[in-house]
Order: sequence, then C-alpha cells, then structure tokens
Amino acid sequence: MSKKQTGSTAALKRLMRYLLHYWFLLLASLLMAFISVALTLYLPILTGNAVDLILEPGRVDFAGIRNIAVTMGICILITAAAQWIMNVCNNKMTYGIVRDVRRDAFDKIQRLPLKYLDGYTSGEIVSRVIADVDQFADGLLMGFTQLFTSIVTILGTLLFMLLIHPGVALVVICITPVSLFVAAFIARKTYHMFQVQSETRGEQTGFIDEMIGNLKVVQAYSRETASMETFHEINDRLEKCSLKAIFFSSITNPATRFVNSLVYAGVGIAGAIAAIHGAMTVGQLTTFLGYANQYTKPFNEISGVITELQNALACAARIFALIDTEPQIPDAEDAVVLEQVKGNVGIQDVSFSYVPEQKLLQHVNLNVRAGQRIAIVGPTGCGKTTLINLLMRFYDVDEGSIRVDGHDIRNVTRNSLRDSYGMVLQETWLRTGTIRENIAMGRPDATEEEIQEAARLSHAHSFIKRLPQGYDTVIHEGSDSLSQGQKQLLCIARVMLCHPPMLILDEATSSIDTRTEIRIQKAFNHLMEGRTSFIVAHRLSTIQEADVILVMKDGNIIEQGNHEELLEQQGFYYNLYYSQYRNSN
Amino acid sequence: MRKLLVYLKDYKKESILAPLFKMLEASFELFVPLVMAAIMNQGIQQKDLPFIWKMAGILLLLAVVGLSCSLTAQYFAAKAAVGFAAKLKAALFSHIQRFSFSEIDEAGTATLITRMTSDMNQVQNGVNMVLRLFLRSPFIVLGAMVMAFIVDWKGALVFVVAIPLLSIVVFGIMLITIPRFRKVQEGLDRVLGITRENITGVRVIRAFHQEEEEEKRFHISNEDLTRLQLIVGRISAVMNPVTFIIVNAAVIALLFIGGEQVDTGHLTQGEVVALVNYMNQILVELVKLANLIITITKAVACGNRIQAVFEMEVSQEFSETEAEENRKDEIIVAFEDVSFAYRNAGDEALSHINLQVKRGDTIGIIGGTGSGKSTLVHLLPRFYDVTKGRIRIDGVDIMEYPKDQLRNKIGIVMQKAVLFKGTIRENLLWGNENATEEQLQRALRIAQGLEVVERKEGGLDARITQGGKNLSGGQRQRLTIARALVREPEILILDDSTSALDYATDARFRKALSELAPKPTIFLVSQRTASIQNADRIVVLDDGEVAGIGTHEELLEHCEVYQEIYHSQNQKEVQRA
Repeated sequence: MSKKQTGSTAALKRLMRYLLHYWFLLLASLLMAFISVALTLYLPILTGNAVDLILEPGRVDFAGIRNIAVTMGICILITAAAQWIMNVCNNKMTYGIVRDVRRDAFDKIQRLPLKYLDGYTSGEIVSRVIADVDQFADGLLMGFTQLFTSIVTILGTLLFMLLIHPGVALVVICITPVSLFVAAFIARKTYHMFQVQSETRGEQTGFIDEMIGNLKVVQAYSRETASMETFHEINDRLEKCSLKAIFFSSITNPATRFVNSLVYAGVGIAGAIAAIHGAMTVGQLTTFLGYANQYTKPFNEISGVITELQNALACAARIFALIDTEPQIPDAEDAVVLEQVKGNVGIQDVSFSYVPEQKLLQHVNLNVRAGQRIAIVGPTGCGKTTLINLLMRFYDVDEGSIRVDGHDIRNVTRNSLRDSYGMVLQETWLRTGTIRENIAMGRPDATEEEIQEAARLSHAHSFIKRLPQGYDTVIHEGSDSLSQGQKQLLCIARVMLCHPPMLILDEATSSIDTRTEIRIQKAFNHLMEGRTSFIVAHRLSTIQEADVILVMKDGNIIEQGNHEELLEQQGFYYNLYYSQYRNSN
Repeated sequence: MRKLLVYLKDYKKESILAPLFKMLEASFELFVPLVMAAIMNQGIQQKDLPFIWKMAGILLLLAVVGLSCSLTAQYFAAKAAVGFAAKLKAALFSHIQRFSFSEIDEAGTATLITRMTSDMNQVQNGVNMVLRLFLRSPFIVLGAMVMAFIVDWKGALVFVVAIPLLSIVVFGIMLITIPRFRKVQEGLDRVLGITRENITGVRVIRAFHQEEEEEKRFHISNEDLTRLQLIVGRISAVMNPVTFIIVNAAVIALLFIGGEQVDTGHLTQGEVVALVNYMNQILVELVKLANLIITITKAVACGNRIQAVFEMEVSQEFSETEAEENRKDEIIVAFEDVSFAYRNAGDEALSHINLQVKRGDTIGIIGGTGSGKSTLVHLLPRFYDVTKGRIRIDGVDIMEYPKDQLRNKIGIVMQKAVLFKGTIRENLLWGNENATEEQLQRALRIAQGLEVVERKEGGLDARITQGGKNLSGGQRQRLTIARALVREPEILILDDSTSALDYATDARFRKALSELAPKPTIFLVSQRTASIQNADRIVVLDDGEVAGIGTHEELLEHCEVYQEIYHSQNQKEVQRA
C-alpha cells in the first residue's frame, strides 16, 4: 500500500513538471472556475432578492427588479465568459500535456535498450502510449478541475446558506451525508454482483473467441449444435447475473435523487416555518431551494472523480515509468566512427545472458576474416537471434568483447556500426509508405536509377513494375497486396542499396513458394559476394557452402567448424544433418 | 439497427412499462414546484403551519412514489435490455455458426468476435439507457412547459422561446461535433498505427538508424491529433456558457413578466418561484439528454455493425434427405472439370481440375504457396463450393449430401493445430462423440500421441487451456491428427499438418498410417517433396492448375514444375548423384 502510495505521489510530481509548462493556463483555469462557481452561486441570491420585490398586486418594485436584472445580466455574462475561458484553458492544457507526454514516450522508446522493449509485448507498450495517456489525461485533468469546482461549489453553498439562515442550513448539512451513505452502501453491495458478471462475461468472451476464432474447425467436425448448447448455457447464466448487476447498480441514481428530494422537502418545511416567524423571506427560501437542488450533485461527482483519479494516477505511473526508464548508454564522446570497414569480426571470450539466472553464451570465441560466410544452425528457439542482437549491439555483452576491424564495438558509434551491417530478418518489416521510400530507407538521397538498380539486383523490380502504381504503391501495415516473399525481396533491395560491408541474413523457413524462394536465394547470393556474412541458415546448400558453421542449442554455441569437420565429430550437427536435412532418402 | 429490435418483442411489456414508470416518476417531480408554490402562497403568507406540514407530507409522498416508480422502471429496463442482448447474442452466434468459409473469410473472425462481444455490450447499454431516459428527458422539458402554461400562459411564453433556442444550441453543437469526433478517432488511429509499427520494427529501425525519422513522423501525426482535438474542444466549450446565458436570460424575463402579472393580480409570488424552478429543471434535463444522445449514437453504430453481420446471407444450402452413396465403388473421389474462385477475387484459384481417386489410395498434393493445394482439399467437405464442374464422393455429387453425412465421411487436419479448452478426451471426442476408449487409444497410437497423453498429468483427462497454450506445437499437432483419426473417416485429409513434428516422429506416423486397416483414402498436402514422394499418386499444382499427376518417379521424369521444386529442395543430392 505504501509502495503504491509513493508510486502515485511520484506520478503526481512528474505530472506537475508537465503542468509547469502550462502554469499560466492552469492558474487561469482555476481562477475562472472560482469566478464561475461563485457567480453561479450568487445568482440564486439575486433571484431570491427579486422574488422578494414581487409581493402582491400593487406591491411590485419594478425599479428594484430592473436593478437586480442588470446585476444578474452582468453576472451571467461574466460567468459565461469565465466558463468558456475555463473550458478553453482546460482543453489546451489537457491536449497539450497529452501531446507532450506522448511525444516524450515515443522519443524515449527510440532510445530504450532493446532489453526493455523485448520484455513487453508490442501491445503492452502501444497501450501505454495510447490508452494509458488518454485515460490519465481524461481522468487526471478533467477530474482535477471537476474536483476543484465541486469543492468550491460545496463550500460556497454552505457559506451562502449559513449566511442566509444557519438553522435551515443545518437541516441540509444533516441530511446530505445520508446520500453519500446510501451511494457507498449500494456500491459495496453491488461490487460482488459486478464481479460475478464480469467473470461470466469473461467466460463468454473466451468461449466466443475460441469458437468463432476457430469456426472452420468447429464446422469441419460438425460441432455447431454442441457449441450452440454450451453458448446457451453461458448466455443464460450471464443474463441472470447481468440483470442483477445492472439493476442493483442503477438503484444509485434514484436513491440519491430520493435523498435529494428529502433535502428539498426539509428545506421547504424548515424555510417555511422560519418564514412564518419572519426569520426568512420567500425570496431567500427560493434561493435555498435552488441550492438544495444542486447541493448534492457535487458530492456524487466527488465520489466518482476520486475513483477516476486513482485509476488515472495508476495510468500516469505506468506511462511515467516508461518515460523515466534508463535509456541505452549513449555513444562515448570519443567513440570511433567506423569507415571503410573490411569486415574482420572478432568475438573474444564473450559471455551473455538475458537474465542472470539463465546462462546463455559462455566464453564464446570466433574469428571471422573479411569475406567469410558464417552459417548459424540449430533447432528453433536455440538462440540464433541472440547472436544477431550482440553483433548489431542491440544488446551489450556481459563479458568479453566483440571487435570489428579491431575496434571494440562498444567504443564505436552505434550508427556507424549498424551502417556496416546489412540486415535482412525473417519477419519482414516495412514502413507505411511507398515502395520507393521503403527501399531508400537507408539512403534517402539515392537516385531513382540507384533504387531501381537495387530492386533489379534483388529480383524485385519485375514484380514492382507489375503493381498498379509501381514504385509509388503504398504499403500499409498488414496489407495483403504483397506476399511474404515479395516483402522479403523488398527488404533485400533495401540492403542492396546501401552496399554494406557485412551482412546479417535470416533465411526463411517456409511459407514462401518455391519460385520466390529461388529468387530470394539468388538475391542473397548476389548480396553475399565479397562480404562478411552471418546467415541464420535453414537450407542445406547455404550451410554446406559456409566457411564456418556455428551449431547452436539452448542458447549456446555447442559446435563450430565447417561441414566436413562437423560431420567427422559425429555430434549434434551430425544428427541434425541426418534427421533434418537429408530426410529425403 | 431497426431490424434488431425484433429481439425486443419478448420484452414488450417491459419495454413499455419501463418508460411509462419513468414518465410517472417525472410527472411527480414536476409537481414539486407547484407544491412549493402552495407552501409559499398559502402556508407562509397566511401563516398556516398545519398546511405546511400537510404539504411537506405531500412532498415526502411524491418522493417515495417517485422512488418506487423509478425502481420499477429501472428493473423493467434492465430486464428488457439484458434479455434483448441475450436473445440477440444467441441469434447472432447461431447465424455465424451457419456461415460457410466464404462468409467467414469475408467478415474475418476477429471482426465477428468484436461484434459478438464489445458491440453487443454497447447495444445492451444503449437499449437500457433509452428505455430509462429517452422519454424522461423530453417529457420533463415539455412537461415543465405544460406546467408553466397551467401556472400562467404569459410566463409560459418565455418557455416557448427558450426551449427551442436551447435545443438548437445543444443539438446543433452535437451535430457539428460528432463528425469531428470521428476525425479525432481517425487521428488517434494514425498515432496508434505509427507506434505499433515502430515497436514491431524496432530492430530494422535501429539497424537503419531511422530513430529520428520515426520521431518526425510521430510528431507530425501527434500534432495533427492535438489540432483536431482542440478544434472539437473549442466547439464543445461553447455549449455550457451559451445554455447558461439562455436559461438565465429566461429567468430574468420570467421575473419581469412575473412581476407584471403579480402586480395585476394574475399571479402570486409563489407561482413566480415555481416558474423559475421549472426553467432550472429544463437545463439539467437538456444536459442529460445530450449525453444520452452520444450513448445512443454509439449504440446505433454498433447495432448497425451487428445488423450487417445478420444481413450476410449464408451462401450454402445442404440437402435435407440422405443421399444413396455407393461405398463399393472403386473410385471414391472424382473431380470433374472443377474450377473455383474465392469470393471477390478476380482470378480462379483452381481451374479445370480433373482427378479420379481410388479407394484406399494416398494422394500427395504439392505446389508453391498460393498454388491452390489447401483450396483443393477444402472443396471436398464443401467448406467452399465449386464455381464450375462438380465433385463426386462415393458416386454422389457432394451437393446432394446432407451436411453431416458429407462431413462425417471426412477427417481433416488443418494447417493450424487448434485445440479447445477442456480435457484431452473431450477434444478427441470431437471426432466422434461415441468413440470408445479403445478407439481413442488407437487413434492416439497412430498419431504418435500416446506419449503426449502419458506425459500430461491426468492422462486423457488432463486439461487443455484455451487455444492449447499448455502444449507445444508438436504436441498439439499430434492431438489434432488423433482427433481426425477418432472419426475413422473414409477420407483423411492432412493439410500440411506435420510441420511441427520432428523427422523421426513424422516417419513413425506415416508408417503407422500406411499400416491402417481398412486404409482410408488419404490426401496429403505438403510443400516438401520428401513428405509425399511415397504417395500412390502425386498431384502437382501450379497457379491453380494441374501441372502433372503421377508417381514421384514419373513426375521427376516428365513434370517440369515438380523437377524444379524437387531440385530446389535437394540441390546437393542431385549434384552428387
């Protein structure tokens, strides 16, 4: 609890820093809220005064009413203006802070170590940047102004009521807590029902997910009737518990309205009695009734706002945790800029693990001479990407060092290191934009000829030309206009354009048709000519042609050597080779 | 949305009573200012204490009656809304169940799930709100005006002017903002899209050090979103102040007119107060109404989406009468000049397929992705209907079989190994509800699934979590194969379904399969020549057309496409040979 508390206070403090940019708007908003509430409360008094000037035939003070009307008019205009300014300030402040927080969060993501990002699903991070920010903006900022106006309203009402007639005010003060009590009571009682409802609803959603998500299987086994029966059973249960939850929770409103009516009646009687004894005028009673009508509303709002605030603070804490995460260590000031890389890579006594308890690479040594091909093989999940992570410096080694042309890569600028590699991953990633923009990603200054030449060398030019808009075809996230293989060809073209001295390639396992696969193979071969290449290999030919084969299993390199050497060892590779790659005989 | 309302018809009573009681409650609320006026006029001016107490009693009574009316209304509304949603859900679920694969593809399962869940909740919420509030708010607004007329027609004229003015402001602003809110949503979607894209592509982005470029892209969309939000905000910001001015201006007008009427003896002081109170009531209700309309707009949009699913017609019809099959025929499956195009696709996925399959044969089907392999086998259980030609099974056109008779002949193992929440046994029984323990064991043995079951605590009764997440891909695949075998089908279709099995297991499975007696007719779909080269006959597909049919040896000799596939997968072997 105390930990949660400090989390919230920390989040509040962080929020204050963002608010500081908008201190003027904040002050203006609070001031306007104060003015508008005060005047809104003052208006019933004026109305009451006017009513007191309307007594009976012949006893109506028109001049007086006119005076009051003028005052009222001024108050109304000022209040309206104040409300408007307050709304505008709140909008600017809220959306401004949302923009700032989102921008900072996104910019931070660009600088976070991959270790952090890999620890979450992309959905989780997206929901922080989008949903959490939205919710905290709504909850925190709206809630904040609402809380402020509610409190001012309550205090102001109390003050005015006490000033007009303390006795009648006391009646209001005594009855009000009943409303809060009733609301709290109902909320407590319905909590359980809501829980049952949300569990049952979860069960139904799960069932729907399963049955409709896999409808094809359901149909293949003619299970429609059976699944319908189960559905009905859950649906009936949900209907019953939903009815309870919805009905009992909807009691809150009428119940508080009932209490409100009690307050109203109480004021009516007490006021009338006071009026009979001359302690109060009819106009003042009117004012009181006006107050009684709106007095309980802020109480209800406050209880709602407080849950919302708690929720919003939790969201804020999450998003600030992201923004405040330690970024990757920046490049040293004297970091070397790699130029004219030959492609010698030395891995010296490298140890690495994602989590300390689970050792992965231990004391790995490997010397790669310029132009060599390194094939990385092993069963799925053996940790082939770990090596890519280290070479590209997505992760830093725990012990030992990796050197490129003799430079420890930790003393080299990240950009020049990554420029030295061309990377084609199996999960093809293309950015929303045209095909041209995607190919030119690494070299935005490339000419049209260079782009087309790269596409031609990657065997992508012919299919791009056949697309309706050619190089201007726009690719969307998850768009189906390109096949997986075509996307891969584009990724190859993207690297082809950059002429990197070294390569990291991830061969596709399946799901690409044979002909495209042959093309990709050709493109890969062309790309690899004269370049140091690290290939996550699945194809027999690639493996056999490699200068060095690294056999990985359970995250570690267990064997290393060329094809013949490894076969002679009769170890893991030997088995792998005979079970997986030569299974056709 | 309108067509969905038929599901309310079992709740006619509730749907009428709920708003009715709500209106009753509202009417009682409308009496309150009149009672207060009476207190002021009679009670205070004539110092009539017993009268005041009597009126206080009436106020209390009104409150109690109002509360009970309101509770009744809430109950009926909740009952109707929940019942409606339950009926609608059941109807939609059953409708979706009847969809053929074409409709499933067209709508997409993710969309269908959203329709069944979150859209449904919105609609339920909307119906509930409408029943409770939609009549109440206009009723109070108009009721207040009527009451004003009862009190004094001259004063009521202020209402006649103020109410339309207020309505114009409130609904006008809503009309202007709702489409702009949609724009804001689109802006938000763009920001979301960029964020997601950025995170999924983080490695590539860093490899090409595109971080700053990405930031620029994000900032543009982010600023754009803020701008859109501010525009909407600026318009909405006008609502409160303007309504405030109108209502209070009306109050001032009431004071003047009231003063005049009192002066001439047409009105009492208490009645002026009553008029002012009615005016204030209107403001509260209009704000509620505006919020309500937003909820309704959302619910209607969701309802329309649900209705669109209902309007998707089920494109397939199945015969009702059992077909007279001939299980003795040597030819079990015959494709007769079959062509097929997916709905909304321009080109045919399969063209002019002719194929006769002998009972008990194993048919290998090979070709690149998109060549039509899966499509071909999906035509057999009528997951999709041929667009031209016909298919016969056991001598009967498959269009003449009832659904269950046709599908019970076939056991299909799909590419994606899907299991369902429940025990392993329950999952296997999907193949055949009446399968004996022995049959289950036999199916598991062939599918190499016995060790999977043995390793799980509880054996056959071990729980499988949703989506089979507590099993590995290979384990899932073996169980889905077993599920198909439990059916002991005439025709077994294996659609690239041993990809997660290691070589040794795959080999054992294929051996066990070939020793089955009686041997089913097997369709074996694969990308790899190694998996199918022992088949009795191999069908080579290329771009939806048959490029060759024959045994492995025959095809290696004559079929160019097959040679290409084979060599690309076995380069070294050929060079060595």
